[in-house]
Amino acid sequence: MKKIKLGNVIVYLFLIFWLLVTLIPLLWVFENSFKSSEEILLNGIALPKGLNFANYQSIFSYPDVNMLRAFFNSFLISGGVVVGVICIGGLAAFGLGRFDSWIGKVVDAFMVACLLVPSFATMIPNFVTVNKLPIKETYFAVIVPQVAGNLCFAIMLLSSYMRSLPNELDEAAIIDGAGPFKVLKNITIPLTKPMFATVGIMVFIWSYNDLVTSLVYVSNQKLKPVCVILTMVSNMHGTDYGAMMAAIFITVIPVLILYICSQEMVIKGLTAGAVKG
Amino acid sequence: MALKGKKYVWICIIPAMLLIAMFLVYPLIKTVIYSFSSWYNFSPKSEWIGLENYKRLLSDMVMPVAFRNTAILIVGVLIFQVGFALLLAIMVDSVHHGFKIFRTVYFFPIVISGTAIGLMFTLIYKYEYGLLNYIITLFGYDKQVWITPKTAIFLTLIPVLWQYIGFYFVIFLTGISKIPEDIYESAMLDGITPIKKIIYITIPMLKDVLISTIVLVVSGCFRVFDTVYVITKGGPMNSSQLLSTYMYQMAFEKYNGGYASAIAIVMIIIGVLLTIGLRKLLKADAED
Repeated sequence: MKKIKLGNVIVYLFLIFWLLVTLIPLLWVFENSFKSSEEILLNGIALPKGLNFANYQSIFSYPDVNMLRAFFNSFLISGGVVVGVICIGGLAAFGLGRFDSWIGKVVDAFMVACLLVPSFATMIPNFVTVNKLPIKETYFAVIVPQVAGNLCFAIMLLSSYMRSLPNELDEAAIIDGAGPFKVLKNITIPLTKPMFATVGIMVFIWSYNDLVTSLVYVSNQKLKPVCVILTMVSNMHGTDYGAMMAAIFITVIPVLILYICSQEMVIKGLTAGAVKG
Repeated sequence: MALKGKKYVWICIIPAMLLIAMFLVYPLIKTVIYSFSSWYNFSPKSEWIGLENYKRLLSDMVMPVAFRNTAILIVGVLIFQVGFALLLAIMVDSVHHGFKIFRTVYFFPIVISGTAIGLMFTLIYKYEYGLLNYIITLFGYDKQVWITPKTAIFLTLIPVLWQYIGFYFVIFLTGISKIPEDIYESAMLDGITPIKKIIYITIPMLKDVLISTIVLVVSGCFRVFDTVYVITKGGPMNSSQLLSTYMYQMAFEKYNGGYASAIAIVMIIIGVLLTIGLRKLLKADAED
């Protein structure tokens, strides 16, 4: 019995060690965001002397970067992408998952093939396309390609979920004279809500964190989301370490809040999206 | 599937199909065409040059470096994202307390953007203020410049691992929780030791999860971009260049669209071949 207990202690110690390894980088950034650069240089791990918000004030008062605007942009873009994917993807999933037709099988196979295409393979022509369309230098220049990039996966998840729904309700509704879109609105959508939430969260986090598309598709700084602005802050003000720490921490806050508030859904959403990269 | 009517199916899928055709299929074909062209500065003019871009790839000194770095990434993720994550999952499954807190904390880095993680680790590696240098001076060593051509790829690999280990840990943990309890019970009656239980029951039962995870992490190596781009931009002296960062640099910093497209095509081909090949290989292996 004693031997097993010793083993348990080692296991716990190891698990706690990894817990610390996971937490320390972010905690380090967090505590240093309340220190001046001199304080960080003097002692990089000591706790700050007090809650000093000077760094946070300075990142919001840069003359050349507008952090608040960047947050606004991020929420607008990611929100737009989620709405777009849910509406367009949901409709397509309904067509594929709830109808009895050969089209569904063909399109399903096509979707699987689409998942193998990395975003890098389409980036250059999309850049050209976006700049030719009237959406050039608007939020839609980021939103539309991101919606397209997320659609395949969302449709696959949603349609397989819709396929597993029982048929009886649909049949009853049709006998009562309901058309397909009434079935969609009154039966399929309410029943698919959990999967819509999962997909929505996955798409939101993916879009909020996506650097490449916003780096490439818009050049107007006023439209750029937090991710891109963060790299700009580091290029222009990277020597102000305290402010850098604050900037990093503040961009992480929205997703951290989302994670803390709806942890199970986030885990489900992101692991369901495992095939996506 | 009770509903009928092809007309409605088409109405439902057309918006999605249009978007996918426009931003996924068309650009893919375009990339193939560009890769056979001499095309600079995103100008309207491009000229067909056949295999020239691909010939140039063969003699490009950065390509072997990019492949070597990708190989380092693959070895790293196989050891840590698969091996280490599996070990963590087995350990957490075996303990009685703290299951939830371990899962919550281990998983959290995945919700943070690669950009923020990249910058975080840039600060950790900094000479003057960095956490690493602070720690080693505590132990009496001199401060070091961490990012050098020799170390760059390893130092950019660390944040990638740090971010993803928890993710695969959760996937394994979910897989372990689906193993039926009675299998363990009958083994316990036979007096099996915990280590033997892991080797003979847990791991074989996780075979399918393991196969798809291995395929995922390996093909994921070709998509790593953010952290490397933020920490080193592929440098110093191209030493941490990956196909993705090199392609980005060619397209959007050197404006050589044709050559960048050829790199993208190489990325797709290797990625697809590796995904299909690995799946076949591992499946065949598992069925023996």
